[in-house]
Amino acid sequence: MPPHAFPRGGFLKRTLPLVLAGLAAVSAACLAGAYPAAPGDVLAVLARAAGLAVPAPADPALPTVVMELRLTRALLAYGVGAALAVAGAAFQGVLRNPLADPFTLGVSGGAAFGAALSLTLGLGAALGTSLATPACALLGGGATLAAVLALSRLAGGLRRETVVLSGIVAATFLSALLSLVKALNEESVAGIVFWIMGGFQGKGRAELALFLPCLLLGLAGVGLFVRELDILLLGERQARQLGVAAGRSRLALLGAASLLTAGAVAVSGVIGFVGLIAPHACRRLYGGEHGALLPQAALAGGALLCAADVLARVILPGGAELPVGVVTALLGGPFFCFLLLTGRGGRA
Amino acid sequence: MIRCRDLTSGYRGRAVLDGLSLDVAAGEMVGILGPNGAGKTTLLMALSGVLSPGAGTVALAGRDLAELSDRQRARLVAAVPPRGENAGELAVRSVVLMGRYPYLGFLGGYGPQDHRAAEAAMEAVGLGYLADRRLHELSGGEFQRVLAARALAQESGILLLDEASASLDIARKMELYRLLAARNAAGVTILAALHDINLAALFCRRLVFLVNGRIEADGPTAEVFTQQTLSRIYETDIIVIAHPQTGAPQALAAGGSLPAGRPAGGRTGP
Repeated sequence: MPPHAFPRGGFLKRTLPLVLAGLAAVSAACLAGAYPAAPGDVLAVLARAAGLAVPAPADPALPTVVMELRLTRALLAYGVGAALAVAGAAFQGVLRNPLADPFTLGVSGGAAFGAALSLTLGLGAALGTSLATPACALLGGGATLAAVLALSRLAGGLRRETVVLSGIVAATFLSALLSLVKALNEESVAGIVFWIMGGFQGKGRAELALFLPCLLLGLAGVGLFVRELDILLLGERQARQLGVAAGRSRLALLGAASLLTAGAVAVSGVIGFVGLIAPHACRRLYGGEHGALLPQAALAGGALLCAADVLARVILPGGAELPVGVVTALLGGPFFCFLLLTGRGGRA
Repeated sequence: MIRCRDLTSGYRGRAVLDGLSLDVAAGEMVGILGPNGAGKTTLLMALSGVLSPGAGTVALAGRDLAELSDRQRARLVAAVPPRGENAGELAVRSVVLMGRYPYLGFLGGYGPQDHRAAEAAMEAVGLGYLADRRLHELSGGEFQRVLAARALAQESGILLLDEASASLDIARKMELYRLLAARNAAGVTILAALHDINLAALFCRRLVFLVNGRIEADGPTAEVFTQQTLSRIYETDIIVIAHPQTGAPQALAAGGSLPAGRPAGGRTGP
């Protein structure tokens, strides 16, 4: 093996299955649903959208169903899954805590509180846009992150214990505020609960447009500090002795990962397990170097959430939907058990 | 090469180093000795920029440490920490490559030159065969050699070692220190903090003894490694004898619980 080859060899060979799984999940999302559509017709719609000269299917509504409803929703689910997985990997690395997930810093609590305020005050109707609630969620998440970072800085620098504790403080406080909002306005309780539980029902282009900038900026931010992320695993002292501006790198990584989280929560609520399981599974299967781990976690998280959303749509008869978080937990839990028990790459 | 003036440093308001001044010339190999809690680790942390001085100054190669960027500092001084944090899922090769971080540009990745330096460092400490192992598969001694290899790959003019050989067996210890002596002969300035005073006396021409954050003794090994000085600094009776092979001074603790002349309980031969 030449000295500059990737340590474990075969990055592409290991990554290709994840890409294929993602394609399969998106294809399934385009094919499945209550609206009657033959697979051949769906493929024809997709082929025409890709610019191929294929005869149009007989049903004139089919292109809208496939492109606007199913494909957009599938891409949103895929992107949210990728964002949560990368954010989870980054939080686990920066905080050096295998139990960390995208919601550890309380960003989800802040986003949920922002959304609850918007729903209670009826901002969506007042402003005439369905994006009022996601935008409030994004602001709430951002404000929470700022507060958590400020608190942990005051409490003795951005050390991982203080960051995690500050996050717990923020999450507890925000959950109390959320209960208060619910108690004060019982009419909005159902809406708030439904929003927080999360999912992609009825989500489309507008949400995708709000989410994409968060995704791209967040991925770029984490990606820029991927080498620092590896080094930070060895602790502050060694990082500084290797020339890493530890505080600045951690701040940038926490900020970028929180942007990914807040964007995801804003458009889809609080979807658990993806951000915990996808990075862990990839780490155990492929190793801990973030240069390889982050793209693999993104692909795995995207495929997982997209597939889970398809199941959430089709599993109940008669067009009713399951919350997608239930499906991710049902899919991810046993898979993670399997990984733990087979012990591949596990500690002795 | 290293110049501390009236250095005071420590943790969260608790000063460990108390107005310490120390000069180390380029090409020296100095042992930092002293009892537990004397400030050996704190001194190395201050010299490597992890702790900023509360008062006083540190200069490396004529440049004030406070004026150097993190990467500039890491190109001047590399450190081998005591065993410390083991990030289990990383490969040995990846950790050794981290020694090349101070040479990276903002967006640059590790290039062929960095990989060559890492390979050479792994070969030097006898880790080549472990390059693709994950850290959690290593023994304590192997992990410590990974950290030593990383510091070598950093190719800095100053090398700081903090108990870098504590979990190595006697053969590996000698191997590592012979390697360090060779680097020292090639011009690298070395400061090693260690509890193994005999190892220090075998390899360091100069010894600095710290007690309570101050320098208690500092001089050529032959002059400071004496019964009187060691007994005073470690507050226990110590006997110094000459190494039968090299004549270097070696220390033995006085006493022990076994009376002289009593036959040993174990078998010594087949």
